Amino acid sequence: MKWIKPQYIAFLIVLLLNFALFRGFFTISIQDGRLFGSLIDVFNRGAPVAILAVGMTAVIATKGVDLSVGAVMAVAGAVAASLIQSGQPLGIVILAALGIGLLCGLWNGFLVAVLDLQPIIATLILMVAGRGIAQLMTEGRIVTFNDPGLIYIGSGALLTIPMPVVIAGVLMVVATLIMRRTALGLFIESIGVNRSASTYAGLRSKTLLIGVYAFCGLCASIAGLIAAADIRGADANNAGLWLELDAILAVVIGGTSLLGGRFSIPLSVLGALIIQGMNTGILLSGFPSEFNLIVKAFVVIVILMVQSPIVGNILTFMRPTPAPTAVPAPGEKTS
Amino acid sequence: MNVLKHILLGSVVICGFASATLAQDKMTVGFSQVGSESGWRAAETAVTRQEAEKRGVDLKFADAQQKQENQIKAIRGFIAQGVDAILLAPVVATGWNDVLAEAKDAEIPVVLLDRGIDAPEDLYLAAVASDQVKEGAVAGKWLVDNVGSKACNVVELEGTVGSSPAINRKKGFDDTVGATSNIKVIASQTGDFTRSKGKEVMESFIKAHNGGKDICALYAHNDDMAVGAIQAIKDAGLKPGTDILVVSIDGVPDIFQAIANGEANATVELTPNMAGPAFDALEAYKKDKTVAQKSIVTESKLFTASDDPKGQYEARKGLGY
Repeated sequence: MKWIKPQYIAFLIVLLLNFALFRGFFTISIQDGRLFGSLIDVFNRGAPVAILAVGMTAVIATKGVDLSVGAVMAVAGAVAASLIQSGQPLGIVILAALGIGLLCGLWNGFLVAVLDLQPIIATLILMVAGRGIAQLMTEGRIVTFNDPGLIYIGSGALLTIPMPVVIAGVLMVVATLIMRRTALGLFIESIGVNRSASTYAGLRSKTLLIGVYAFCGLCASIAGLIAAADIRGADANNAGLWLELDAILAVVIGGTSLLGGRFSIPLSVLGALIIQGMNTGILLSGFPSEFNLIVKAFVVIVILMVQSPIVGNILTFMRPTPAPTAVPAPGEKTS
Repeated sequence: MNVLKHILLGSVVICGFASATLAQDKMTVGFSQVGSESGWRAAETAVTRQEAEKRGVDLKFADAQQKQENQIKAIRGFIAQGVDAILLAPVVATGWNDVLAEAKDAEIPVVLLDRGIDAPEDLYLAAVASDQVKEGAVAGKWLVDNVGSKACNVVELEGTVGSSPAINRKKGFDDTVGATSNIKVIASQTGDFTRSKGKEVMESFIKAHNGGKDICALYAHNDDMAVGAIQAIKDAGLKPGTDILVVSIDGVPDIFQAIANGEANATVELTPNMAGPAFDALEAYKKDKTVAQKSIVTESKLFTASDDPKGQYEARKGLGY
């Protein structure tokens, strides 16, 4: 029973709640060669936050945090839209957008690893300045484009699966394999638990940290490309606004501790889907807009309470069968 | 400090030069703008410059970057330079009494643009603003006139929860449509005035109402949300503008393009030309010291496919929206 994580149950409950609110929730049809339905919306709309969460998981596992991902999304979108408008080929546009994200991540990594700034402050700089840079690039306008290749990233489909879902899925699998099939994941966890001990043990902590932040910036720029391609325009004022908070929430729902250490990329992605499942449910339910935030907060509290080790212990205690003592509670560090 | 000196010196020289060569009655007007947070704001600045040029007004422009203290500094600067009048687009409603009293003592009339303030009315000459409730009502009236007696289910994309345009534009529309028995608002959700949220919310509306077949019209509190929603309607295999009527507010260039393509039906203009009526009021005041209206309400003009949307798009494209 160990493999049944509370996140699976939470996701299932959110989906069933949506079904209770709207009977057609699981109905899926094919429209213009693309899967179409509310369940597909949950995956499609959740993809940008899921991609952010992949990068954010790695950063949080090192006991850091990256507040700049939303702003980096806006920058990447602005770069892509301005370049495609000036007639650059699609390959260059995508490389430039991803490159700028990587650069932003390297900058964050430099501040955190080399200058030893606290991650929350170091990334706050780019969170504020990045959006400003994006606004400068677009002059505060929404820069629109009609390039079919770029639009395909946001609203195209591969074998009827929406492109953002394909990208998020591939990224999740590749990142998980790299983390778990090599020692990289272990290194990152070890830095998160104790950076100086890891350094003394022979890990190149600085390089690893810079690499982790660069990866997070790269993920943010992929999400930024998708967000811009989705609305066929770069909206520097609103693209990715507050999404850093959704990404952090997704990671926390996924069970990764903000204090660093043990992490799971697939569970963070599931966290992003739980958040989006809630959002879609609220939209389908027909509640007045004023209730959105309250409903969301309530569901988040319930999900986090279910995952809390103390609540878990109480529940186990109340069960008639004797509780197993060898299994560590989620969130507890074994190092 | 050096830069400031140069600018001051430069403007003194230019002013002296101008008054020596041109007619004596050329008006110098200082304009304290909020900033450039939105496309509409950039368009307002561009149109104000155009209007000033057209009327031969010497416009001194100050961008406050969303800060009241910068606006107060700019107004004091204008007073020191002895301008003939001041245009103020206030960033907040309170805290203007002192600086406006200084302008009044210097006998410089102040005209407020697009937002009101909490200050005694005698501190400013006039206030130019749009009527947001009326904007919603004009959009509602277009729908009432076009649907006739058919039953029509409307979905509504609201602005940011609690913001005054969202509240007022909803009220104006609901009051107008609520007077009929055949038009019903069946769903209403916030799209935060953005394209991406407009698209996401519309996707859900379509699914929740029989794949969009039960929706007859979309009302969006701004054009950007409507542009996003139009994409969602197309993705669902429906024709925006035909299967689902689209009416929104603001009059940004992209919605005119959508109207020209037959994908949107109508937009209510929030005119960026607040300065035109302001200059009119200033000229009248200068001539015979009278103020016809303290509160000037701009026209909320409706644009549809018959109002040359292509031409409107071209005319607005360069304004900075």
